[in-house]
Amino acid sequence: MFLSSILLALRSIRRNLLRSFLTILGIVIGVSAVITMVTLGNGATLAVQNQISGLGTNLLQIRPGQRMGPGSGGAPTFKDTYVDAIAQQIGGIYAVAAEGRATATVVAGGRNWSSSVIGSTNEWLKTGNWQLATGREFTAEEIRAGAAVCIIGATVKRELFGNADPMGELMRVKEFSCEIIGVLASKGQGAFGNDQDDMVLVPLNTLQRRITGSKRIGTLLVSMADGSEPERVKASLRQLLRELRKLSPADEDNFNILDTKQLADTLSGTTQVMTMLLGAVAGVSLLVGGIGIMNIMLVSVTERTREIGLRLAIGALEREVLLQFLIEAVVLAALGGLIGIALATLASVVLAGVMGVPYVFNVSVNLLSFVFSAGIGVVFGYFPARRAARLDPIEALRHE
Amino acid sequence: MTAVAEQPLIQLRNITKVYGEGRLAFQALKGVDLDIAQGDFVAIMGPSGSGKSTAMNTLGCLDRPTTGEYLFKGAHVESLTRDERALLRRQFFGFVFQGFHLLARTTALENVELPLLYRGEPKAQRHAAARKALAAVGLSGWEDHTPAELSGGQQQRVAIARAIVTEPVVLLADEPTGNLDSQRSNEIMELLWRLNAELGITVLMVTHEPDMAQYARRIVRFVDGLLDSDHPNPAPVVLAREQAQAATAAAEAH
Repeated sequence: MFLSSILLALRSIRRNLLRSFLTILGIVIGVSAVITMVTLGNGATLAVQNQISGLGTNLLQIRPGQRMGPGSGGAPTFKDTYVDAIAQQIGGIYAVAAEGRATATVVAGGRNWSSSVIGSTNEWLKTGNWQLATGREFTAEEIRAGAAVCIIGATVKRELFGNADPMGELMRVKEFSCEIIGVLASKGQGAFGNDQDDMVLVPLNTLQRRITGSKRIGTLLVSMADGSEPERVKASLRQLLRELRKLSPADEDNFNILDTKQLADTLSGTTQVMTMLLGAVAGVSLLVGGIGIMNIMLVSVTERTREIGLRLAIGALEREVLLQFLIEAVVLAALGGLIGIALATLASVVLAGVMGVPYVFNVSVNLLSFVFSAGIGVVFGYFPARRAARLDPIEALRHE
Repeated sequence: MTAVAEQPLIQLRNITKVYGEGRLAFQALKGVDLDIAQGDFVAIMGPSGSGKSTAMNTLGCLDRPTTGEYLFKGAHVESLTRDERALLRRQFFGFVFQGFHLLARTTALENVELPLLYRGEPKAQRHAAARKALAAVGLSGWEDHTPAELSGGQQQRVAIARAIVTEPVVLLADEPTGNLDSQRSNEIMELLWRLNAELGITVLMVTHEPDMAQYARRIVRFVDGLLDSDHPNPAPVVLAREQAQAATAAAEAH
């Protein structure tokens, strides 16, 4: 009975190719639209989160001036004494580093490359979650004395040395040469599309004496310890900085504290809203596809009712007829769903590549949209048939 | 010629059929007694609303009588469930409808083998039986044509092939010539006669055309839900013609 029902169902699909095709198409469009949209949206969210977490976890960036962003607006820069003050007086801190930056051409092995040179301490590596691929950190003596040593980023290593080992090589930075003592592991693209690996790290004193020639410190980086309360840390930081910079209660802050976690939450919140929006739009297409399926199924009810009447008259049992129609509906719905998923996967992978966001297979979205549209296919393929199969054969045969 | 069975194949005893309920109730059959012997060819006639189609549906186990007894091969049919009646139809009955009711976009062969699929017969046997049935109705070579590619008469012959493919005991035909012109109608009636005379299939046919009824061995007439008349046909068309030809041949021989 089961085998003959399968045969009958497949014959029915073949005999109504256009109807079957339209049913499948409805499911395919619905399923693939929802999956593609949600997958890309999730990919975009993930990309933003990845980029921001690349800045460092629980990282506070403190810059002179009232506004966020570059340019101190005339506000006094920081002094390196701030670092010790912060480290000693504020709890819940994992690492704190002063950072000075300059852009310089670096030369080694006959090749040159323009990169940013960062002056700081070993703490800087901690605040940025940097790992050494090879080599070592600075020694305390090197930091104090402003020694001619440097740690280079992966991009600089690639551009100047290719596959060769740069350890111990001399690299010229502006007017002086430094010895390469370490290479950092690659972190890739940053939150704003910048190449984080395109940098050279030297002790802060080295940068100030040999490159910039000033004691300016542009940025303080404060990395909070896990489990510390960001608001509390920020409040005490603000208090301390106001004291160090001798601001009276009437004065406004002449520095700003940027919380990357907050930035990450805001940005990924935005992309999540976008994902929901895209998902909603795609959901409408799923619904429209579903209505298309209902339409096709209901239009064919008259023809099917007569067919069912005939089958019953020549001796088919009600359950045999139902099984046939159920199999037919399930086959079409499953086929449509699988094609939809395949199409969505293809589209998602290609579009994710084009948009530069990661592709992550989302099980729940695939499952949900498959179940939804397949459910519509089965329900609207099966229930009109069930109604017809319960009629008397003669009544069904005479159905107008 | 007429097989004398110990008991009639079909016995209807005081059959009534009421459609609807209460004041809207309509009594289509008002107490019908009818015996049909194996091998008979019965034309059921009567004006519209006389109950002939209802009687036909009851005879074919498509419908249950409201009251009364229906014995098929001596077994009570009126109390069977839906599924039991379906199995009975599958086993013993073949149906031909006025509107043919072939599956669209489906070849003649697949249409004809449909009842065998529900019987669960293997493919080779299904195909062989379907080809044989199509050959019996004169449609050899048309197996792969769909209904749209066949004339009305051919479609009705496919429908007859579908009805006889299971080698039924009873063939029920509800106005089988209702949609056909007179030449095609006569062809169909000749075919039904042959199935009856040569294969011994009991044929029950509803018709309102007296010409077609003349092909049967027995003519029963319904009026107003009751059996009005029931008499054998003294000269079924084909039999009369064959006898006339035989007589002519005999006369020429002398």
